[in-house]
Amino acid sequence: MPITETHEIHKRRFSRNLGVALCLVAFIAIIFGLTIAKIQQGYSMEAFDHQPRLSITPVEGEE
Amino acid sequence: MSDATANTVAAEGEAQFGDYVALLKPRVMSLVVFTALVGLLVAPVSVPPMIGFTAILFIAIGAGASGALNMWYDADIDRVMKRTAKRPVPSGKIEPGEALGLGLALSVLSVVMLGLATNLFAAGLLAFTIFFYAVIYTIWLKRLTPQNIVIGGAAGAFPPMIGWAVATGGVSIESILMFGLIFMWTPPHFWALALFMKSDYHKAKVPMLTVTHGRAETRKQILIYTALLVPVAIGAGLTSIGGPVYLTVAVVLNALFLKGAWDIWRRDEEAAEADNYLVEKRVFRFSLFYLFLHFGALAVEAGLRSAGMGGW
Repeated sequence: MPITETHEIHKRRFSRNLGVALCLVAFIAIIFGLTIAKIQQGYSMEAFDHQPRLSITPVEGEE
Repeated sequence: MSDATANTVAAEGEAQFGDYVALLKPRVMSLVVFTALVGLLVAPVSVPPMIGFTAILFIAIGAGASGALNMWYDADIDRVMKRTAKRPVPSGKIEPGEALGLGLALSVLSVVMLGLATNLFAAGLLAFTIFFYAVIYTIWLKRLTPQNIVIGGAAGAFPPMIGWAVATGGVSIESILMFGLIFMWTPPHFWALALFMKSDYHKAKVPMLTVTHGRAETRKQILIYTALLVPVAIGAGLTSIGGPVYLTVAVVLNALFLKGAWDIWRRDEEAAEADNYLVEKRVFRFSLFYLFLHFGALAVEAGLRSAGMGGW
């Protein structure tokens, strides 16, 4: 069945689908904003969990 | 029968997006947002706005997740009681399995996101809060003991502590006192309501103090918990989060709350029925302002401190 055909269920579930879509967009925006905020803090961090890594922090007195 | 036909058959009363939001108990979430935000603002360490916003959002989602788990488990008693019969699960709009799935998924999401955005201690505290509300309170003790309100109140008392942990990464006397303020406030607040709201908890076989120990005992317990609340509320004013504004507000509000609890204790059912529970209703309404104004005053103190005024 072509996807262009609109069934009654599409209308009935519009609010649910729109809500889920908006939640996903908001989640992406939050992750992006959080990443920027973490980077602006200037920590030496690895990207995968946005946490500072002591192991990559330069030791005081060393180059 | 195709999927589409099956869904058309189930069209009656189908869940809309708002029903899933209702599953998260938005009114409880708004209180969580307020108290967690105050816990975050009064902490001695400042948090970048975006990280603070994300933290509060996921603390609220964690609270919502525990609400969904509560609605999943309590669907049988919600169905029996008039006040809760229209909730999404007992009304048949959302399947119990869906509520459980949403509750578990949002629990994991909120804890992981809080951990990534802030620190592992705050995330652990949020995970414990969800576990405490969903398992210790809802599944285990709610149907077992008439002190269920006291135990449920502990779950509601954690958010300011989590907000504090987001900023500081730990616990201190200040965050324990903010916890104690909500913890000790919940029983007199709820039992004042229970005295004038003829609820149908007995129909659902949930042991409520008014039914198991009688209304005179409930009046006594209101006075005891209010008396225990006073030193906690005033004590918070003597710590680093307090100040002249908070202490003044706390002294006035606690004197009034204690007077209200005393009045409730001195009345009997005959007197209460004669004036249609006037005192009980007044104390219940006042208790809402009581909590809001205490946390509001803490936020004001934090604002004054950052402007170089306020505090001790």
